[in-house]
Order: sequence, then C-alpha cells, then structure tokens
Amino acid sequence: MKNAGLCELSVVSDMTRLTAAIAAHGPDIVLIDLDNPSRDALEELTLASSPLDRPVALFVDQSDAGLAKMAIEAGVSAYVVDGLRSDRIIPILDAAVARFNLFRKMRVELNATKRALEERKTIDRAKGILMKARGIDEEAAYALLRRTAMDQGRKVIDVAAALVSTAGLLS
Amino acid sequence: MTLFPLPVGFLPLVDAAPLIVAAEMGFDHVESIALDLRRATSWSGLRDMVSFGQVLAAQMLSPMPVAAALGLGGVSVGLSAISVLSTNGEVIGISNRIADQLRERPNALAFDDAAAAGAALISVAGGPLRVGVPFPFSMHAELLYYWLSSLGLPAPSALEVRTVPPPLMAAAMASGEIDAFCVGEPWGSIAVEKNAGELLLAGCAIWPGAPEKILGVRTDLLGTIPEQLGALVRAVWHAGQWLDNPRNYTVACEILSSRTYLDVPSEIIDRSLTGHLLTSARGGTHMVHDFIGFSQTQPQERHAAWMADRLAGRLGLDRSAAVPAGRTQFAAAFHRHAVQAIPGYEPDLPRPDRLFDGRDLNIDLGE
Repeated sequence: MKNAGLCELSVVSDMTRLTAAIAAHGPDIVLIDLDNPSRDALEELTLASSPLDRPVALFVDQSDAGLAKMAIEAGVSAYVVDGLRSDRIIPILDAAVARFNLFRKMRVELNATKRALEERKTIDRAKGILMKARGIDEEAAYALLRRTAMDQGRKVIDVAAALVSTAGLLS
Repeated sequence: MTLFPLPVGFLPLVDAAPLIVAAEMGFDHVESIALDLRRATSWSGLRDMVSFGQVLAAQMLSPMPVAAALGLGGVSVGLSAISVLSTNGEVIGISNRIADQLRERPNALAFDDAAAAGAALISVAGGPLRVGVPFPFSMHAELLYYWLSSLGLPAPSALEVRTVPPPLMAAAMASGEIDAFCVGEPWGSIAVEKNAGELLLAGCAIWPGAPEKILGVRTDLLGTIPEQLGALVRAVWHAGQWLDNPRNYTVACEILSSRTYLDVPSEIIDRSLTGHLLTSARGGTHMVHDFIGFSQTQPQERHAAWMADRLAGRLGLDRSAAVPAGRTQFAAAFHRHAVQAIPGYEPDLPRPDRLFDGRDLNIDLGE
C-alpha cells in the first residue's frame, strides 16, 4: 500500500498503547485483525464521550454491506473516520485483505510446524526414558508408546507428555 | 431425524457455560438442533459475526442489544436478547497499592459490604478513579457507574471507566494505567493468580440477579427461523438448570476447562461455580452465595429499559426515546413462548430487583 503511494501507514504493535497511538496519529482509517481482543478498546472511540476530538465511526455502519462482509470474512475489521469516501476505502481494504490472507496462511503453517517439532521432541524424550528404564531399543520404546496410546484411546503425544512429566517428578 | 445446524459464537468465559454445556451434554440434539460453537476474541467481533450472519446467535453482554437500538457502537442492524445466559458472576478487583490502603479501613475488604467497600475505594482514590471494563456496553460498566455514583462519586469527572480487553487487564493494572477493574470470571481469578491485584467485591453485592450475559440474535431472525431459535432457547434453559445443580459442578468445571473452550485449570473455574473465591494471592478466601446463576433465563423488559435509560443519561441521548427503543430488544414474549413448550415448565415467581443501596430498580415504562 505504501509503495503504491496510496497512503501513509503506521503499525501499532503494543496493544496496551492502542488508543493512545490512535490519538497521536489521527488516522483516517484503522485496520485491525478481527481476532485481536483489543478491537473492543476501539469501540470506545465510537462514543461521543471519547477523549479524542475527531469523531470515529464504525466502518460496517456506513459502507455497503457486501464490502464489510468481505472484510469480516477475511478477518479484518476497519474503523473509519467519518468522511473518508467509500471509493477511497475499497482499494485500501482490498490490499489489506489480500495481505492479511497471506500472513494468516504463513502463521498457520508456522504454528503447525512449531507444534510438530515440539511433539517430536517430547516423543524423543519419552522414548529415551523408556529405553533407559526398561533396557529396550528405540524401536521397541516407540512401539510400547504407541500400543499404550491405542489401549487407552489417547494420542501418542499425550502418553509421551504424561511420561515425561511423571519422570520429571520422580527424578 | 435431521438436526438443524446452528452456528453460535461465544467468548472463552465461565458464563459461556450454558452454550458449552448444551452442546456437550446434548441438550441441543434433544431439541433437534446441532450447536456449532465458534470461539471469538472480542465482543465487537461477536456482534459483527451476528450482524453479518456468520453465526445465527451469540453470547453477548446484556446491554449490547440495547446499545445497538440506541445507535451506539456503529451497528445498524437490530439485535434481540432471546434468553438470559447468566446472572451476576462479575468481580471487582483493585490494585495491590489500593488494597494495602484499604486494609486500614473497617469492613472495606469484608467482601459483602458494597457500601463500605465503595466508600473506602472512593476515599483512597486521590484523583479520578480509573477502572477497566471489558466493553463500553456491559453490565460491568453499568454496575460500576451505579455503585460509585450512588455513593457520591461524580462521573465522569471523578470516575474514568476505560475499555481494557480482559487478557490485558492484569498488565494494565501492573503498569498503573488502571486502579481497579470489573470483569467476569475467570479473569478476576487469573489476576489474583498473577498477583496483579486483589478482589474487592462480587457483582451480586451491587445488584443481585443482574442479567450479565444474554443470547443475542439479529431481530429479523425471530420472524424467519422462530422454531429453531425457540429450540435454542429451550436447550439453553435445560443447560442452565443442569448448571445450577451443585452435583454437576465438578463435571461442568472439567468440560469448561478443556482446550476447546476456556483452556484454564478447572480449579479456577470451580471458584466461580461454587462461589468459593480466592480473593488475594496471600490466600484470602470468601464464600459468595449466588455468585453466578444460570437458571434465571427470562429476559425482562424493565431490565433493558433501565439500561437504555442509564446509557442515554450518560451519553446525552434523549431518554424518553431511548427507553421504548431499548426495552423491546429483550424479547420477553418470544422467550416465554419458547419455554412454555417444555413439559412441566413452571415460570419463576417474579423477583424484586433490589440494589445494594436499598433502592428498587426504578424505571418508568410509560404504561
């Protein structure tokens, strides 16, 4: 968006300073992840008694419903200062939605990878404990974990995690 | 039998329990609906999900449909409360600094004396009292404004009510941005666990039986899918009866604590269901009777009218227009009709709404 010369961007990452940052920048539009709990703090800005001198209106109130729906489905919500024309909002929102979707995909992948790594670490540790305690090899240790999990109707990772934490208590 | 799929939004809070229990214990299937619960992270998010039809109903703060009717918060669609999900369950917490000052005052930390606690809090404020609430249109905000202004604290000059998302409440308290908060569980107990502050009072000490969360739907759905929404009301009613039975507390805690729902230790949830609160990190405990309730599901128009009147008065709107606009957002007749179909259902006797200062909920419905 910046490269296209569309607008001036400021990114607020410290959510405890959100309303203060908005007051300082006086933006025309605020875009926020729908999953961000700090979105509720923005709601305060829509009240007449808000400490801000500029009136802020909720985007979904004044523009066409189709656009707002698209934004919400994509997980972005926007607060627009009164008076910003809707033909100026559309390209900004389009760009934000596209960008957001890309980031979300990356975030999901990253989380899945991280989780897989952590699970493998726990299973490896559980295998190690079993090998030492029962004098069996790695393959047998894994088979034992898997059989226990199946018998108890649990996931291998859950059995492994329980074993690791119990072993931690005993040592 | 085919089940009607019903997507419903909720926030991971103890008072989402009726929805969670209805889905987990199968009260929905009995009514030929299948709840599809969607967890959200903000009240404005839930409201927009309902407005744009991503979910058909959602857990909401009780003043939200009223605020929408008054054109507050930038919503243009009408919202209706078809059931009360929970009564009370709020806690008021104070920073450790204020708690230390209150220890000197008689009865201030007794936990059941709203007048003494409020008067003491006002006397130690030393400047405008800054209090965090989860949302501008919330029973938390209404209780605070009523409680402290009834004790003589002028708002807004001496009382600053700020919106702070509950996950950030402990941090806001620690950094000195707020002196106190009013939130729902488990957030009060989590603040105690983090040693961010102490609990001062339960919401039921200010207004016992205050409608805290409601089940909100887009008003036009009352005409388009009345059967399904009626079934939802009944499923939630059954869940509420189940939840208010002490024999079910342990199971309820386990269900709520799971990763899909609240994802907090069941021991913390147990505190609010039993009313056995841990009020400070140094181990203070208090037993609060009727801390939270789930079986008073009937929306009352006079409650909605009172909220409309309070909101309008505070925000400078026309009160005589606000009251009739707000009161009808509590769909009392719709709820009554739905629960009457339950075999053996008997309506609760009407209870007076007595506030902590001895006054009754005073509202002129223009009848």
